[in-house]
Amino acid sequence: MLYRENGQFKTDYRADQQVFPIKQDRIAIGLLMAFAVIGVPLLADEYLFRAILIPFLILSLAALGLNILVGYCGQISLGTGAFMAVGAYAAYNFFVRVEGMPVIVAILLGGVCATAVGILFGIPSLRIKGLYLAVATLAAQFFWDWAFLRVKWFSNNSTSGTVSVADLSLFGVRIDSPVGKYFFCLAFLVIFAVLAKNLVRSHIGREWMAIRDMDVAAAVIGIRPVYAKLTAFAVSSFIVGVAGGLWGFVHLGSWEPAAFSIDRSFQLLFMIIIGGLGSIMGSFFGAAFIVILPVVLNQALPAFGELFGVTIGTALIAHTELMIFGGLIVFFLIVEPHGLARLWSTAKEKLRLWPFPH
Amino acid sequence: MGPFLETLFGGLMTGMLYSLVALGFVLIYKASGVFNFAQGAMVLSAALAMARFSEWIPQWLGFDNKLLANVLAFAVAMMMMVAAAWLIERLVLSKLVNQEGITLLMATLGIAYFMDGSGQTLFGSDIYKIDVGLPKDPMFLLENIFEGGLLINKEDLYAAVIAAALVVMLTLFFQYTATGRALRAVADDHQAAQSIGIPLNRIWVIVWSVAGFVALVAGVIWGSKLGVQFSLSLVALKALPVVILGGLTSVPGAIIGGLIIGVGEKLSEVFIGPYLGGGIEIWFGYVLVLFVLLVRPQGLFGEKIIDRV
Repeated sequence: MLYRENGQFKTDYRADQQVFPIKQDRIAIGLLMAFAVIGVPLLADEYLFRAILIPFLILSLAALGLNILVGYCGQISLGTGAFMAVGAYAAYNFFVRVEGMPVIVAILLGGVCATAVGILFGIPSLRIKGLYLAVATLAAQFFWDWAFLRVKWFSNNSTSGTVSVADLSLFGVRIDSPVGKYFFCLAFLVIFAVLAKNLVRSHIGREWMAIRDMDVAAAVIGIRPVYAKLTAFAVSSFIVGVAGGLWGFVHLGSWEPAAFSIDRSFQLLFMIIIGGLGSIMGSFFGAAFIVILPVVLNQALPAFGELFGVTIGTALIAHTELMIFGGLIVFFLIVEPHGLARLWSTAKEKLRLWPFPH
Repeated sequence: MGPFLETLFGGLMTGMLYSLVALGFVLIYKASGVFNFAQGAMVLSAALAMARFSEWIPQWLGFDNKLLANVLAFAVAMMMMVAAAWLIERLVLSKLVNQEGITLLMATLGIAYFMDGSGQTLFGSDIYKIDVGLPKDPMFLLENIFEGGLLINKEDLYAAVIAAALVVMLTLFFQYTATGRALRAVADDHQAAQSIGIPLNRIWVIVWSVAGFVALVAGVIWGSKLGVQFSLSLVALKALPVVILGGLTSVPGAIIGGLIIGVGEKLSEVFIGPYLGGGIEIWFGYVLVLFVLLVRPQGLFGEKIIDRV
C-alpha cells in the first residue's frame, strides 16, 4: 500500500534512468543516509564503532570491489587479500617516504598500485577460466604474502613486515576518534558505492555482464574481452586496494602481512556470495552478515552454555564458532543460492502488491 | 652433483605426498564436478581421528598392542569418513544439484570450516602423534658413487611407496571393477549415466568415501611426519597448484603434477631461494602453474575445454 509507484510518471529520460526510480526508495535512502550521518554517532558507543561499524564499512567497500570482478564480470578471484595488502603497504610507503603526504592521497595512490598489480595478475584471465583462474589468482595471494614478509623495503625495514601509522589527519583535523574514523570510512564507501553503481549501469558495466554471461558470445557481438576483463580487474583491485589502505590505516593502525592472509580472501568471497553476486546492495548485506555473525556467536555461546550449566572454554568457543559459521554458510547457499540481495528484491516485489495479492 | 640429486629425491618424495592430497581433489571433481576445498579439512579430521582413536582404543579395551590399536583406529577413522561422505551427500550436495561451480565451491568451503571446527571439538586441538611404525632414521644411498652417499629420509621413502601403491590401487579400482566403471561413466556425463540406471547419489557417496580414504592415508603419512595439528589442513593449499598443473580431471596428472611441483619447489628453494631471501617454496608452485596455464589453460593433462555458444 505504501510502497508502490502508481502515479509516479516519468516525463523525461533522466527521470527514467535514475538510480532509484521509485520515490519511496529515494526517501528511504535519504533517511538511511541521515541516520548514518546523524543517528549512528549519537547512538553507538566506542565498542560498536571499533568492533562492528568501522570493519563493516571497510569490508563492504572491499566486497563491493570484489563483486565488480566476480559478480559482474564473472572472473573468480581468490587473491583479494593480496590486493588489499598491496593497497595498504603501498599507501604506507607513500605515507612514510614522502614528506607531508596527505592520508587520502596516500590511500588513493595505494589503490593505484593495487590497480597495477591487479591488471598484472588479471592477464592470465584472458586464457584461463573458472576454477583454474581461481587457483591461478591464489598465486597473487601467496606471492604478496611472502613479499611483504620477506622483502624489507616494502615494510620500511621493519621486522616481520609489521608496520604502523600514527597521526592520521585530514586538512589539519586529526581523525583518531572512533567517530572521526567512522565518518572517514563512510565518506569513502558512499563515494565509491555511487561510482560503482553508475559504472555497472554504464556501457562498461554491460560489457562486463556480457562477458560474465557468455564470453564467446560477447566477443562475437563485438565486445573486446581483453579490454572488458582487464578493466574489471583494474576497477575491482582499485577499490579493493583502497579498502586495504583503509583497513590498515584506519581500522588496524599497525598491521602485519597476516592481516591480509588467504582467510581474508575467502571471507570477502563469502560476503559477496551470501550477499548476492552481481549486486551492489548484496555487498553490504554480505559484509554486515559476515562481520556481525562472529561477534554475535562470540557473545551468545558462553551465555548459551550457562543456560545449561556448562562453561564453554575459549578454544571450544573458537571451534564451535567455526562449526556454526560453516554450517550457516552451507545453509544459506542451500536456501538462497542467489544471496540476501535476492531475498531483498523478492521482499520488495511482495511489498508492491501488499496487501492485495494481485 | 650430490646435493643436487639429494634435493631432487627430496622433492620427488614431497611431490608424491602432494599428489596424495591432490588425488582427493581430482576424484571428487571428476565424479561430481565439485571443486572440494574441504579436502584439507578432511585430511585433518581423518588424521585427528586416527591419532586419538589409536590412543583411546587400547585404553577402552585394555590391551597393549600397537599394531592392533593402529589397525582398529584406522578402521574407525575410515568409518567416520564414510559417515561424513554420506552426510555431505545427503545434507549438502543433493540440495545443490545444478548450481553453479562457484556456489558449490563455497559450499565445500563451508564444509571445510565445519569439519575443522567439529574435528577439533571432538578430538581436541593440541598436537598429537601418529605412530604407525614408519622408520625415522635417515639412510645413505649410492655411497660408492658419491662421497658420503646421498642422504635420504627413510620415512619419506616409505611414504612415497605407499602413495604409489595407493595410486596403482585406485587405477585398478577405476579400470577393472563395476563400481569403477560406474564412477567413470558418471564422470563423463551425469545425465547419460543416470539414464542407464547408475544411481548418482550412491556414486557420490562412494566417491566422497574414496576421497575420504585418500585423505585418511594422506593424513596418516603427513601426520606421522609433522604431527597432527591444525596446520595439517593447510596441506590442501600446497596441493592446489598440483591439481591445476596436472589438470582437474586427470588422475595421472595429479601424480605427475605433484612430482613436478615437489621437485620444482625444493630445487628453487635451494638454488634460487637464497638470492630472494628464502621461503619462496610458498608461492613457487603457484607462479609455476600460472605460467603453465598461460600455455595450456586446462593444465598438462586435463581435458581440453571447448566453449560453445
